[in-house]
Amino acid sequence: MRQKINFSNTVTDNNYYFDDIEPPLTNKEAMEEASRCLYCYNAPCITACPTHINIPNFIRKISTNNLQGAAESILEENIFGGSCARVCPTEILCEHACVRNTHPESNPVKIGLLQRHAIDNLQGEYPFTRKSDTNKKIAIIGAGPTGISCAHKLAQLGHSIDIFEKESKVGGLNEYGIAAYKLVDNYSELEINKILAIGNINVFTKKTLGENFFLDDLLDQYHAVFIAIGLAKSKKLNIPGELQPNVLDATCFIHTIRQHQVQQNLNGKSAIVIGGGNTAVDVTVQLKKLGAGKVTLAYRRGHQHMSATLKEQQLAQLHDVHKETWFNPVKIAPLTNKKLAVTFDIHIPETPKETVTLTADYVFKAIGQNLSTQPLFKNNQNILSVQQYRIAVNDNYQTSLPGVFAGGDCISKGQDLTVYAVQQGKEAAENIHAYITGN
Amino acid sequence: MSILASNFAGISSPNPFWLASAPPTDKAYNINLAFEAGWGGAVWKTLGEDPHPVNVSSRYSAHHDMYGNLIGINNIELISDRPLATNLSEIRAIKRKWPDRAIVVSIMVPCKEEAWRTMLRKVEDTGADGIELNFGCPHGMPERGMGSAVGQVPELVEQVTAWCKHYTRMPVIVKLTPNITNILQPAHAALRGGADAVSLINTINSITGINLDTFEARPNVDGYTTSGGYCGPAVKPIALNMVSQIARNLDTQGLPISGIGGITTWHDAAEFMVLGAHNVQICTAAMIYGFSIIDELTDGLTQWMRNKGYQALSDFIGIAVPHITDWKYLNLNYKTIANINPDACIGCGRCYAACEDTSHQAIQPSIYKNQKIYSIIEEKCVGCNLCEMVCPEHDCITMIAQENKKPYLNWTQHPNNLMCEKKIEKVTA
Ligand SMILES: Cc1cc2nc3c(=O)[nH]c(=O)nc-3n(C[C@H](O)[C@H](O)[C@H](O)COP(=O)(O)OP(=O)(O)OC[C@H]3O[C@@H](n4cnc5c(N)ncnc54)[C@H](O)[C@@H]3O)c2cc1C
Ligand SMILES: Cc1cc2nc3c(=O)[nH]c(=O)nc-3n(C[C@H](O)[C@H](O)[C@H](O)COP(=O)(O)O)c2cc1C
Ligand code: SF4
Ligand code: SF4
Ligand code: SF4
Repeated sequence: MRQKINFSNTVTDNNYYFDDIEPPLTNKEAMEEASRCLYCYNAPCITACPTHINIPNFIRKISTNNLQGAAESILEENIFGGSCARVCPTEILCEHACVRNTHPESNPVKIGLLQRHAIDNLQGEYPFTRKSDTNKKIAIIGAGPTGISCAHKLAQLGHSIDIFEKESKVGGLNEYGIAAYKLVDNYSELEINKILAIGNINVFTKKTLGENFFLDDLLDQYHAVFIAIGLAKSKKLNIPGELQPNVLDATCFIHTIRQHQVQQNLNGKSAIVIGGGNTAVDVTVQLKKLGAGKVTLAYRRGHQHMSATLKEQQLAQLHDVHKETWFNPVKIAPLTNKKLAVTFDIHIPETPKETVTLTADYVFKAIGQNLSTQPLFKNNQNILSVQQYRIAVNDNYQTSLPGVFAGGDCISKGQDLTVYAVQQGKEAAENIHAYITGN
Repeated sequence: MSILASNFAGISSPNPFWLASAPPTDKAYNINLAFEAGWGGAVWKTLGEDPHPVNVSSRYSAHHDMYGNLIGINNIELISDRPLATNLSEIRAIKRKWPDRAIVVSIMVPCKEEAWRTMLRKVEDTGADGIELNFGCPHGMPERGMGSAVGQVPELVEQVTAWCKHYTRMPVIVKLTPNITNILQPAHAALRGGADAVSLINTINSITGINLDTFEARPNVDGYTTSGGYCGPAVKPIALNMVSQIARNLDTQGLPISGIGGITTWHDAAEFMVLGAHNVQICTAAMIYGFSIIDELTDGLTQWMRNKGYQALSDFIGIAVPHITDWKYLNLNYKTIANINPDACIGCGRCYAACEDTSHQAIQPSIYKNQKIYSIIEEKCVGCNLCEMVCPEHDCITMIAQENKKPYLNWTQHPNNLMCEKKIEKVTA
């Protein structure tokens, strides 16, 4: 069950909107930036993009006043080109590989912003059509980037798709999880509407696998099943005091703020965020933007071990987030003034162990997600093989059960990023197509 | 069929983008790569008689702009330096492998009827789609009485073209040199000789620069250089003008033109085509970026055609030609005046320096929202465009046509013209 988060004790005279953290380029800026691209042969940026967008090609189209063509090049490889342009950690992907990083410029081409410029300026519908009907039906479970990307590719190939989604809206973490300042307003919804316009994709919301239906039901009715349920369960700290009010799940908190256009003022309340990944940083920055007072990011190891990218860490710093490293939480206790006291063991290697206690109004847990443990089969016997706590698949995204495929965050492949989700959905679709058509 | 499908002087190709006769079309290996990338056709590197010429090292030099971009290159390469038989057998193999692409063979042999007759027989035997007569090469070959040495003498152009028409059934394209005062003369000569089409421009005589320590130029061949052929983005305005001259001259109108010279983007190509080119040829842009630019060229042209509602190339070839006329028919009563958008002006003063020092003193410093900016003195502005051209900001200076309700009046009708023609008629083409 999702926790209910209640901010009713905050003052509401001052409301907040989330603006783009990085504003879009103007036409002139885009032209100037595009002219910096060297149009590399066998460009390293293409290899570094998990969806292999032909980056020099789309940038050259921008610089030759062909925004429509640029957008089409992007969407051909990455149907979520619009949201990826906003959420991809480009500093570890395409822009990391850009040859402009080297002397004398030491500044990559702003590929992400150029990608956004092209997609934002696309006129009309997404330019895709369906092949003639194959009369094959595929069930997809989960309407996140993985499921939708797979559905779009399968629709292109002429198949019919039914998507079953637990939530009332589609989009998965694009809708409920990505920091509000990366995907502002209802961008996720608008983008997915354009993607689904290809047709032959039916979406059934509020349908939870393991509650409303089971894999056994689907296997009888569909030629193949694709599982793309992400990681629905937050990890626990397993320390005393974890279950009291105001000890919150980071993802639930983001879920709440993502579903409200206007935000309430946190009015100087303090918070401790436990974790060291991008999600932890996302929470700290969003808290600060909502008017929180002291926000502390507490991570159990050194900053060199944090999985949040350097750019994300700098963003937190810019928002005056306090960072504490080697802080290992051992206990959370309520105080009489309704605050919480969190006790940490400080484990700096080769130094004596210490213990400190920090207090705050809220504690957020951002230590990662796991696969949900809901039963997948009616007889409550989980017979899909699991590997590293995720669904095991082979190179073709096939699970241990014939006809059942899986991809995205819920499998143990690639990184947990939107752009990998899109690529895996696309590749899985090609494999499912091969499986059901026998070639 | 694709909307880019092209037919040039009877030679069809899937798109109007051909590689010009030059290093990119030197041998089967390159042309294979080009066709795999999607180029519509190629004009094979110019063939000559055996024994084949020999080339020097080094061969090219660059003209960079202030930001280090290549705006032009110069070369002193000769025609193909491989044995004729090798080229001919590769041409045959490429045509067989790529039947839908245009393969045109560029030829340059001495001005003797027998030399042309022999070469034409050999080329025709390869199955090539057409020939292009290289009357344009400005370096090396003219010293041997070929290339631009022929292209600069209309009688020779006509004579050789006529021989070619006589000895082959293949379409004959005459490639013109820009190293001439009036491009209409060789174009007309080609037409008289029976040419099916002309292509232009070849390269322009040039030296790109001198090293002020060694006093040597590039391309440096053991301390010396020679006048080389200039091409690339910088020559586009010259080429566009020459193409338009042929397209609008009454004697040469309708002669198919293959536009060449500085074409780098689909936009450049479209400009050549609306000015009368039926297809385009590209050399430098391919040499700078590689063959993959064909995707951006074809996609860009397709998107533009779709936006305009054009179904075929013929819908827009030549449609800009009526907008080019002689100076004497320009409307002397038309008036345009510069306008500075005060919110866009950053106060750099470049427009002021330009107008104050070198033009008509029509710009003044002024204050707007407490900022130092510049504004136009409308009575003094002659509408020369200079300030608009030097302004670094987009949409800051615009030229605005004035509604002065005066009728069309050209130089042939103007009282200051002592030869003023009595008859008043508006001529646009
Ligand atoms: C807080 C947070 C911030 C992130 N920020 C970024 C970022 O900035 N950039 C980036 O690249 N990546 C980011 N990621 C990672 C990225 O969001 C994921 O990698 C991506 O969304 C995975 O896509 P998916 O479709 O596999 O899973 P999800 O997006 O999780 O989608 C799974 C879908 O399945 C549904 N579902 C789950 N269980 C069931 C069930 N039993 N029955 C039916 N439906 C079910 C869910 O409701 C959901 O709609 C972030 C992740 C988190 C948690
Ligand atoms: C290195 C080099 C070699 C060339 N060799 C030939 C040639 O053999 N025959 C010919 O007709 N033109 C030759 N050209 C001229 C090109 O075909 C073309 O007309 C010219 O470069 C202008 O086009 P561009 O601006 O696209 O390069 C050569 C050009 C270059 C740069
Ligand atoms: S690596 Fe950088 S410069 Fe090279 S093609 Fe990619 S974006 Fe352009
Ligand atoms: S481009 Fe190739 S052939 Fe020319 S100088 Fe460089 S390495 Fe040598
Ligand atoms: S050149 Fe343009 S920006 Fe500069 S002062 Fe003049 S109008 Fe203003």
